[in-house]
Amino acid sequence: MALALLVAGLAASFFHLGHPERAWRSAAMWRTSWLSREVIVLPAFMGVVFLYGATHWLDWHPVLVTLPGGLPVDPSVILGVAGTLLAFALFLCTAMIYACLKFLGEWHSPLTVINYILLGGASGFTLAAAFAAVTAPELVSFLAGWAAIITLLGLFSRSASLVRNARLKPKSTLQTAIGISNRRIVQKTQGFMGGSFNTREFFHGQPVLVVRGVKWFFMLAVFPLPLLLLLAGIHGGSIALGAAFVVQYLGLLAERWFFFAQANHPQNLYYQAIA
Amino acid sequence: MTQLALVIDLNVCVGCHACVTSCKEWNTSGSAGPMVDQNPYGADPTGTFFNRVQTFEVGEFPNTETVHFPKSCLHCEDPPCVPVCPTGASYKRPEDGIVLVDYDKCIGCKYCSWACPYGARELDEQQRVMKKCTLCVDRIHDMSMSPDDRLPACVKACPTSARLFGDIHDPASAVSLAIRESGGYPLMPEWGTHPANHYLPRRKTRIKIHADELERADNPLKVDGLLPRPARSEPTLDDVTTW
Amino acid sequence: MPVASPSPPSVQEVKTTTCYMCACRCGIRVHLRDGVVRYIDGNPDHPLNKGVICAKGSSGIMKQYSPARLLKPLKRKAGAERGAGDFEEITWDEAFATLAERLGRIRASDPKKFALFTGRDQMQALTGMFARQFGTPNYAAHGGFCSVNMAAGMIYTIGGSFWEFGGPDLDRAKLFVMIGTAEDHHSNPLKIALAKFKRDGGRFISINPVRTGYSAIADEWLPIRPGTDGALVLAIIHEIIATGLYDRDFLVKYSNAGQLVNVSETSAECGFFVRTEVPTEEACYEPQDKLWWDRTTEHAVLTHKPGADPYLLGEFRLQDGTPVKPAFQLLHERVKDYTPEWASQLTGISAASIRRLAHEMGVTARDQKIELPIAWTDSWGNEHDTVTGNPVAFHAMRGLAAHSNGFQTIRALAILMSLLGTIDRPGGFRHKAPFPRPIPPCARTPNDPRAVQPNRPLDGMALGWPSDPDDLFVNDDGSPVRIDKAFSWEYPLSVHGLMHNAITNAWRGDPYRIDTLLIFMANMSWNSTMNTGEVRRMLNDKDTEGPTAGEFKIPFLVVCDAFHSEMTAYADLILPDTTYLERHDVMSMLDRPISEFDGPVDAVRIPVVPVSGDCKPFQEVLIELGTRLKLPAFVTKEGARKFRDYPDFIVNYETEPGSGIGFLAGWRGRGGEKFLRGEPNPNQWEMYARNNCVFHYELPKSYQYMRNWNKGYLEWSQRNRITRYAEPILIHLYSEVLQRFRSAAQGKGLSRKPPQHLRKRIDTYFDPLPFYYESLESQITDKHKYPLAAVTQRPMAMYHSWDSQNAWLRQIHTHNYLHVNTRTALQQGIADGDWIWVESQWGKVRCMARHSEAVEPGTVWTWNAIGKAAGAWNLTPDANESQKGFLLNHLISEELPSSLAGDACRETESQARRARTGERGRTVSNSDPITGQAAWYDVRVRISKAEAGEPQQTSPQFEVLEPYPGMKTRSSILAYLGIKQR
Ligand SMILES: Nc1nc2c(c(=O)[nH]1)N[C@H]1C(S)=C(S)[C@@H](COP(=O)(O)OP(=O)(O)OC[C@H]3O[C@@H](n4cnc5c(=O)[nH]c(N)nc54)[C@H](O)[C@@H]3O)O[C@H]1N2
Ligand SMILES: Nc1nc2c(c(=O)[nH]1)N[C@H]1C(S)=C(S)[C@@H](COP(=O)(O)OP(=O)(O)OC[C@H]3O[C@@H](n4cnc5c(=O)[nH]c(N)nc54)[C@H](O)[C@@H]3O)O[C@H]1N2
Ligand code: SF4
Ligand code: SF4
Ligand code: SF4
Ligand code: SF4
Ligand code: SF4
Ligand SMILES: [Mo]
Repeated sequence: MALALLVAGLAASFFHLGHPERAWRSAAMWRTSWLSREVIVLPAFMGVVFLYGATHWLDWHPVLVTLPGGLPVDPSVILGVAGTLLAFALFLCTAMIYACLKFLGEWHSPLTVINYILLGGASGFTLAAAFAAVTAPELVSFLAGWAAIITLLGLFSRSASLVRNARLKPKSTLQTAIGISNRRIVQKTQGFMGGSFNTREFFHGQPVLVVRGVKWFFMLAVFPLPLLLLLAGIHGGSIALGAAFVVQYLGLLAERWFFFAQANHPQNLYYQAIA
Repeated sequence: MTQLALVIDLNVCVGCHACVTSCKEWNTSGSAGPMVDQNPYGADPTGTFFNRVQTFEVGEFPNTETVHFPKSCLHCEDPPCVPVCPTGASYKRPEDGIVLVDYDKCIGCKYCSWACPYGARELDEQQRVMKKCTLCVDRIHDMSMSPDDRLPACVKACPTSARLFGDIHDPASAVSLAIRESGGYPLMPEWGTHPANHYLPRRKTRIKIHADELERADNPLKVDGLLPRPARSEPTLDDVTTW
Repeated sequence: MPVASPSPPSVQEVKTTTCYMCACRCGIRVHLRDGVVRYIDGNPDHPLNKGVICAKGSSGIMKQYSPARLLKPLKRKAGAERGAGDFEEITWDEAFATLAERLGRIRASDPKKFALFTGRDQMQALTGMFARQFGTPNYAAHGGFCSVNMAAGMIYTIGGSFWEFGGPDLDRAKLFVMIGTAEDHHSNPLKIALAKFKRDGGRFISINPVRTGYSAIADEWLPIRPGTDGALVLAIIHEIIATGLYDRDFLVKYSNAGQLVNVSETSAECGFFVRTEVPTEEACYEPQDKLWWDRTTEHAVLTHKPGADPYLLGEFRLQDGTPVKPAFQLLHERVKDYTPEWASQLTGISAASIRRLAHEMGVTARDQKIELPIAWTDSWGNEHDTVTGNPVAFHAMRGLAAHSNGFQTIRALAILMSLLGTIDRPGGFRHKAPFPRPIPPCARTPNDPRAVQPNRPLDGMALGWPSDPDDLFVNDDGSPVRIDKAFSWEYPLSVHGLMHNAITNAWRGDPYRIDTLLIFMANMSWNSTMNTGEVRRMLNDKDTEGPTAGEFKIPFLVVCDAFHSEMTAYADLILPDTTYLERHDVMSMLDRPISEFDGPVDAVRIPVVPVSGDCKPFQEVLIELGTRLKLPAFVTKEGARKFRDYPDFIVNYETEPGSGIGFLAGWRGRGGEKFLRGEPNPNQWEMYARNNCVFHYELPKSYQYMRNWNKGYLEWSQRNRITRYAEPILIHLYSEVLQRFRSAAQGKGLSRKPPQHLRKRIDTYFDPLPFYYESLESQITDKHKYPLAAVTQRPMAMYHSWDSQNAWLRQIHTHNYLHVNTRTALQQGIADGDWIWVESQWGKVRCMARHSEAVEPGTVWTWNAIGKAAGAWNLTPDANESQKGFLLNHLISEELPSSLAGDACRETESQARRARTGERGRTVSNSDPITGQAAWYDVRVRISKAEAGEPQQTSPQFEVLEPYPGMKTRSSILAYLGIKQR
């Protein structure tokens, strides 16, 4: 299941590339590029998940070491721990892809990483809870409980980032962009009237109302609604849990869109007029 | 170490777009090309350009300045677009500081374009690779060209010579001199990208005229007799004194 | 390797020729790979552009390979409407046969019935000669709707002009004042000079309602209300005279400032210079027979008498009692009431600024004098050790010219430049060969309708420079001979014709109907016509009654164009021209060469790529037609073909047998050893090719300045047959030429008299001294209803209509907005980007508005000729040019009501409209009453927000034009590589 999602994710990221056939190259720059790191961590994580699944599937539990406390350590435990760490690493890499862009004030914050981990974790646990409701009911309350807790934490951290971003004063202004200090500067043309890559890639073209609407939608769909559904389903209500996952997932899609829409890229200062 | 760059003089740029199309023309048929044009004869024509001239209005009527503002990749000394590139397609040449994209390595992930605060990179929608100003690397180092031609296409084209080209690390170069003496500045210094390209600001020439300069002894009005000469027959001292 | 490996091994070549992406004519190097254009750059060895190039020039590739090119001769399908664009391919043989038959018939009966008008071409010497040989008076190029005011206003004053015949010497100037100029013809050179000027610390002032382009980099911007520059310049003159900041010495020696004018109201000679008996031959130069009032002797003396020094001010009596005044005194009186305060009301520029401007000009001219160690001799034999310069330079263009008061405004400017002593001096205005010329230049049109005879060349030039009423080309009853009414009493000094009225006049049959109209390189059904919608209707209009019922009012329309333009759609016959990269061309001294300040320069084009499709250079068409029609210049006495083709014609043609004067000045003589004059040289083209396609003769330094009065230069120019006379060319502060017309209008003198209804008009506007009047259209416009002036500007990256087929340039200007001052727009509730209606009393347009702080609040403006008819230029019907782009021309009228022809009574708007549509009454061209210059920038408009439900599309719209047979299909994606597709 996890694997299927990861494969889907990988495929999606593949096809948003200009040159999927060269994707293998993207691991090259792990020393500097978070994207490169993500590209390395993702398959590693996939591998571990695969192995973890395989050990369970094959029911292969040779005790390798026994910890001082008497806990037996078999490969699935090691793989599990490794997987968990890699999952964190993956969230971290993905988040850092955005958070490391220092001039994107909305993204350049530890909150981006925290949000990533919490929201990712929340949806993961929600899904797990929903999945467990069908396959392993004994784990449902544990998973749903954690899902609820992490969702709640996510609510705090995401709200914090919203508050932070609302207060954010962009460091770059038209004045610094073109180096002229006058208070009133208006761009009249970007020089081209049919648009350009820079006007298509960085502008969502949606009115403020839509953006605000999306914000309220995801704030509801990611946090309170799934919370309620989780609580409702905590004792094995698989429909509620399924709904929690679906609602939260849709909310997260909206959150992603908003995340990009809210990013006030300094390059936009140069592309305020397609005329 | 050499850091090649353009220095753009806003004091003389008239916004003619010569640098824009000469860049396109050189590069589309060259090693950075082709540079696609979509809907070239239809609605909303759009294409890949390495250099665009924008226009800003500064101030309010009647104290308005119209500023034409050419912009291409600034070849940052600390280019944020390079380290983020997962494939190493984006790189900065140590020998001359030019930031380039290796199309053969680029996977078109666009990450570098998000990492550039200046909006200087453009994904070519046909080749699906990231493109940008090459500082005409295939002209400036081409020893088969005459020295006068070993300049970026846009620099050669510019009718106002608003585009200077040279090594900003060489304190004796024309570009360094211009930056020093004409107040050259980088864009968005707040990000520490240290753009190699610099801009020279508008400079004003005024004339001061003193009131006495309008009178002067050699004023031709004195010759042309705006003050009419009295007729010879008018009475004068000659009529009454004898000495 | 940084980027992909360099181009595959291939044949690389570089050929030089001359650019024609605009009329500037820069030298270019065309780099070819396997015969395909790979790159075009400026030729560093060319005197004009010195290696730089502009946005258009760099986009030549996209013109060469454009899918909008016409590749086959076409004829309108039988029964198809004009404008529908329904054509079939024909052969050149058929095209020539049709033309030769039709034109032969016309020539044998009434050559007037063939009219040839040409647009932005550079071969008026050839087209003009063809028309003359044919025998028709109905020939003109675009000058009449372009900038004839600039040419005439200055040539009638200083014997030279901006626009291609002279310009500002920015190398040496300290103060540069640019008025009403956006881009102009001298595109690259002006930019080179302007930048250098600024770097050298010069002060640059721009007077323009809009701040863009050049004005953007001005040290000071003076936003003036359109059409009021005359007031500004006159007020500056007022202040210059009042403060004594004029260059007295210069005026005395080199102008008619000191010459005595008869001011006796009762005399028939009133308003004319007093003359003495000096033997002169009857010719087009001015004899030195005028008088000064000498300060030392207090007597009238012959001008330039050694030792004499005239009064410039005062009133005197000649011995016979005639009261006389120096011309300068009259000018002084004229500007007395033109105070800065007065001008401030009209122009919107404060009186203080006007004064300061005058002081800056005067003080810079006087105190920053340049003395160059160049010895020269003046026309009166005085030797000078130095050439003096007063470093104040001006440049002006259509912002002045394209108004119906432009001629007088430009005369005022030329006079201001003269007062400052800046004519053909370092740092001021400088001439370019073949200028200066006598005032006015010698060429005359016939003055008699009998000059037009069947099967005979026209007896005289189709265009010329009238110097008095007897030079007009009118019938015995005073009515015009020409279809455009040029050189008639309505526009006596219309030295470039009135192309903008040719279609309307021919359609209405006023003064008569014609048979065949040949249009070369002009988009007359779109952007080069006023009143576009109506003109399109006229082109397709048929007679409804009489023997010609059902036939087109303009029976046969031939268009030679290179592209799928709006105009070609109306043709009966389309002749597909080559591009500039495919043909031979000459930029001839007989036309408008590319001369520099330092001497004559002419240039050629030499093909760098083979001709596409079935295109044929228009030059070849004319030679072939001339030969078939057996026009004397093209055939031997026996009637046999004289010239193999155009290159052969250029080499061997002489203006008269043995004259040694031909189209090209360089490398003449058998072996190319002579220049300007000499026998034909069979290798002339090769020599041009070896020399960057340009011939540049640098004059000796002592001939480079003061050329109006430079003995050495004038004699050199006479010896080389550039001019016939070597007499000095004195500046006309006071214009006797104008006075001759005025005096005729007052019924005085022996010359012809204007018809009654035009007397008042001529009396008013032919003032020998510059004066300010409100533009004609303003005079009849309710300015409360139409409070805004609307003008257009040239975009630097686009040439009129012809670059919309250019895939690169059209990305820069794919549509246009109406730019409105932010406050003006907000007063109407118009937001940035809103759809609005713009209305004049002649028409209305829906378009998009753009707020701007860089425009005077009473002015709105847009880029010229960006809007297109849907489908034209082989653009898709939904292209931005037709859906969002618009033409201001729909708001402009080519005619005004007859009240303006003379009687000053105001007409109501509805009368005006009726008059215009020809239902009733006389009309007059919407033009300068002196020169016939089209008054594009006089139009007044109002703006309002479009209704919410209206379509977001410009209005008016026209039926979609389809591509023609033989054209390439347009691609939806383009990735040009400059490699031959195999
Ligand atoms: N509103 C408004 N209207 C104006 C003006 C304005 O300022 N405002 N300006 C006026 C002025 S000054 C001018 S000069 C006119 C210009 O107007 P036009 O003289 O009509 O010039 P273009 O629009 O360039 O069109 C010329 C035609 O030449 C064709 N052409 C281009 N290259 C070639 C070639 O090599 N051979 C041939 N045979 N044809 C070719 C083009 O396809 C086009 O159809 O516009 C006038 N119209
Ligand atoms: N790139 C390019 N170059 C061209 C052309 C082109 O189409 N494109 N066309 C060529 C042709 S045919 C011509 S005729 C020339 C024309 O060259 P210009 O005369 O430079 O061209 P216009 O666009 O007519 O510019 C007129 C200027 O006058 C201003 N103006 C309008 N009314 C007034 C007024 O009453 N007073 C003052 N002071 N200013 C006023 C306008 O704002 C504008 O800036 O350009 C030539 N060069
Ligand atoms: S070519 Fe020169 S003047 Fe023209 S827009 Fe570019 S920088 Fe400015
Ligand atoms: S301008 Fe942008 S693309 Fe160019 S080097 Fe700097 S960050 Fe990179
Ligand atoms: S688009 Fe190409 S150059 Fe840019 S980051 Fe991705 S791989 Fe690197
Ligand atoms: S340096 Fe070369 S690639 Fe860069 S903008 Fe100029 S012409 Fe284009
Ligand atoms: S100014 Fe005109 S002639 Fe010169 S390069 Fe540009 S388009 Fe060509
Ligand atoms: Mo023109």
